[in-house]
Amino acid sequence: MAVVDHFSALRTSRPPRASVAEWRSSADAASDAEDLQQLQKTLGWISVALGVAEIAAPQQVARLIGAGDGDHSKLIRMCGARELASGVGLLSGRAPAQATLSRVAGDAIDLALLGAALSSRNANVGRLLAASAAVLGITAMDVYAARQQSALAGELEGTLDQEEPQRLTASVAVNAAPEKLYAAWRELDNLPRFMPHLESVTRLDDSRSHWVAKGANGVAIEWDARITEDEANHRLSWETLPGSPYPHRGSVVFEPLGKDRGTQVFVEWFPGEQRGMFATIVARLMGENPELRIAQGLRAFKQWIETGEVATTQGQAAGARSWLGKTMVGRES
Amino acid sequence: MRAVCWQGIHEVGVEDVPDPHIINPRDAIVKITSTAICGSDLHLYDGYIPTMYRGDILGHEFMGEVVELGAGVTNLAVGDRVVVPFPIACGNCFFCGREEYSLCENSNPNAHIAEKLWGHSPAGIYGYSHMLGGYAGGQAQYARVPYADVGPIKIPEHLDDAQVLFLSDILPTGYMAAENCDIEPGDIVAVWGCGPVGLFAIKSAFLLGAGQVIAIDRIPERLRLAASIGADTLDYEEVEVLDVLKDMTGGRGPDACIDAVGMEGHMHGAQGAYDRFKTALKLETDRPGVLREAILACRSGGRLSVPGVYGGMIDKVPFGAIVNKALTVKSGQTHAHRYLRPLLERIENGEIDPSFVITHRIGLDEVPAAYRTFRDKEDECVKVVIDPWH
Repeated sequence: MAVVDHFSALRTSRPPRASVAEWRSSADAASDAEDLQQLQKTLGWISVALGVAEIAAPQQVARLIGAGDGDHSKLIRMCGARELASGVGLLSGRAPAQATLSRVAGDAIDLALLGAALSSRNANVGRLLAASAAVLGITAMDVYAARQQSALAGELEGTLDQEEPQRLTASVAVNAAPEKLYAAWRELDNLPRFMPHLESVTRLDDSRSHWVAKGANGVAIEWDARITEDEANHRLSWETLPGSPYPHRGSVVFEPLGKDRGTQVFVEWFPGEQRGMFATIVARLMGENPELRIAQGLRAFKQWIETGEVATTQGQAAGARSWLGKTMVGRES
Repeated sequence: MRAVCWQGIHEVGVEDVPDPHIINPRDAIVKITSTAICGSDLHLYDGYIPTMYRGDILGHEFMGEVVELGAGVTNLAVGDRVVVPFPIACGNCFFCGREEYSLCENSNPNAHIAEKLWGHSPAGIYGYSHMLGGYAGGQAQYARVPYADVGPIKIPEHLDDAQVLFLSDILPTGYMAAENCDIEPGDIVAVWGCGPVGLFAIKSAFLLGAGQVIAIDRIPERLRLAASIGADTLDYEEVEVLDVLKDMTGGRGPDACIDAVGMEGHMHGAQGAYDRFKTALKLETDRPGVLREAILACRSGGRLSVPGVYGGMIDKVPFGAIVNKALTVKSGQTHAHRYLRPLLERIENGEIDPSFVITHRIGLDEVPAAYRTFRDKEDECVKVVIDPWH
C-alpha cells in the first residue's frame, strides 16, 4: 500500500542508527543509572530522618552521640537543617554530581565537630567514636555516589554525541487531493501565507529560491535554498545553499489516506547547526519548541487550503489584560 | 463597546473595550440584540476551565443584526437578523463534512493546547477559554463571527428574540442529548438536572417519542418547570434515586439516562464530600456524582447520554457497570449547526416555545450580580437573558 511504502521510505531515509554494541552500552548505562538512583534515595531518606531528629530533638541526639556537657542544641539544629536540605535535594532526583559532592563536604564538617566534641569535658568517648564510624560509613557512600554520578553523566553524554542529527516531524490530514496540495506548496511564494515567520519567498529559477524571515527585534535573516527532489504530486525536498545563516534541509510528502480521509501531509525537517551572531535570531525564529512551530505551520496550511483563510484571534477586542494575560495571549498565537 | 469580561475566579465585570472588526474574509460583525448566561459559563466563573485570562470577553449564546461582512460571505446581507451557534465551524473540514461541527478541525487557533489535554482539539467556542480558541464572546454589544457563511441562521421577522435565542446553544444541546438516547416509542428516559439544558432534553425526549420522562433535581422551581412540560419529578434530597428509579421501572431501570449536570454536580453525603475533597486538592478536576448514579441506574443494554460538560479527570466511575451492563455512552459538545433549521421549524410550528425557561431579563450592568444569583440558584433563577443595550 502506498502509505506503507511511504513510511518504509522514511525509515530508510533516516541516517543509520547507533550500532548494537553502542546501544547495549547505553542500556547498561541506563541500568547503572537506576542503581545510582536507588542509592541516592536511600541516602536521601537517611538524611531526612537524621535532619528531622536533629531539629526536633537536639538534646536527645547530643546524648546519643555522646557529646559532653553544655547546650549543643543550636549547633545540632543547624546540622539538622543542612542534613534535611541535602536529603530533599537527593530525593528530588535532580541532584547533579556537585550536589552529591557537597554532601561529602557536609560529612567532613560533621566529622570535624565530632572530633572537637572528643576534647570536651564529660564526653562519652565510646559513643562519639561509634557516631564517627557511622558518619565515615555514610561519607564513603556519598563519595561513591558522587563519583558514580559524574562518571554516568559523561557516559550518557557520550551516547548522546553519537545520536543522529535532530529530526523534526509533523503531519496533518487535509481535505484535498495530493495534486492540489503539491501545486499549492510548489508555488513557493504561497508559503508566507501560512508560515507567519516568513516574510517572503522569491523564485530565482526552477530549483533555487530566496527566503526572507522575520527574526528577533525586526532583524530579517535571508538565505537561498534549492529543491533537491521534486516528484510531482508526491514529494518535495529542499536544502539551504552554503552560506545560509539558517542551514537546514527538509521534505514534504503528500499521501492519500484513503476513503474520505483526505491527504496526509508529512513534513520532515533537519535543522543544521547554527553558529555565530545569527544563532539567537534563528532560535527566536523557530521558538522554544521548533517541532510545535512546524506543526502549527502545517495546521495553518491545512486551514488555508480548506477554508481559504488562517484561523486567528489576533487583533480582536478584549478587556484590560493582566501582565500574565498579555504574555500568555501573545505567546499562543 | 461595552462587554462582560472575565476578571478572575468569581470576578466578572463590564468593561469598555474596542469594537470588533473584520479580521478574516469570512468574518461578520453582529450587533447583538439578545444574549444569555449559560450554565457552562459558571464553570468559567468558578475557575474550573483552565486558560482563562483577565479581560476575556464571555458569552457564547447570542443573536443580533449583521452590520458588517467580510468579502468572503455572500449568503448574508447587512441588516439580516441571525442567531449564532456557539461552536465555531469552518464547514470545509473532515468533521464539518460529516455534520460534526463541534469537532471542526480548523476553527481553534490554539488547538495545540487542547491536544495536550484531550489528545485532539474540538472546535473553537466563543468566550470559552484560550484552550478552545480564545475567541471574544457574545455577552457584549458586538461580536466578530468567523466563518459567518456557515454558522449564523437567518430568523424571520415574526419570531421574537426570546423564542429563538436559545437556538445558539441550550435548545440544540438538550435536543442532541435526547437524540443521543436513540429513543424508541414509549421509552422511559431519566434526566438528571432540570436546568435549561435538562428542561430542553425532557421536552425533546417527548418530541422524539419517549413514553415517560423522569426528572431529577432538588430545586423546587426547576422541578416545577419539569413537571409543567410533562415529566415525573424526583427530589434527590427527599428520596433515594436509585431505589425509586427501580421501583418505577419494575426493577429494570430507565431505558436511557441523561446527565445534564456535568462537572460541578452537587451531591450530598459521603460521595459529595469525597469529590469536594479531591477537587480541592486538585486530585480530580470534575465532580462526577451524577455520572456515577446515571451509570448505575441505567437498565442493562441501555443508553447513557452526557450533554453535561466535563473538562478533565474524574474518579471512581463504575466503568465495570458500563461493560457488564452493555451500556452505550454518547456525549460531545453540541453539533449545533446541524439542528438550527429543524429546530427553527419546530419553533415556527409551535411545537416548542423555548422562552418558558427564562426567569430573569437584565441589562449589562446587572450581569456581574446575575452570575452569582444564577450560580447560587437564588431568586428562583433558571435562565438569564441580557439586553446589552439596556
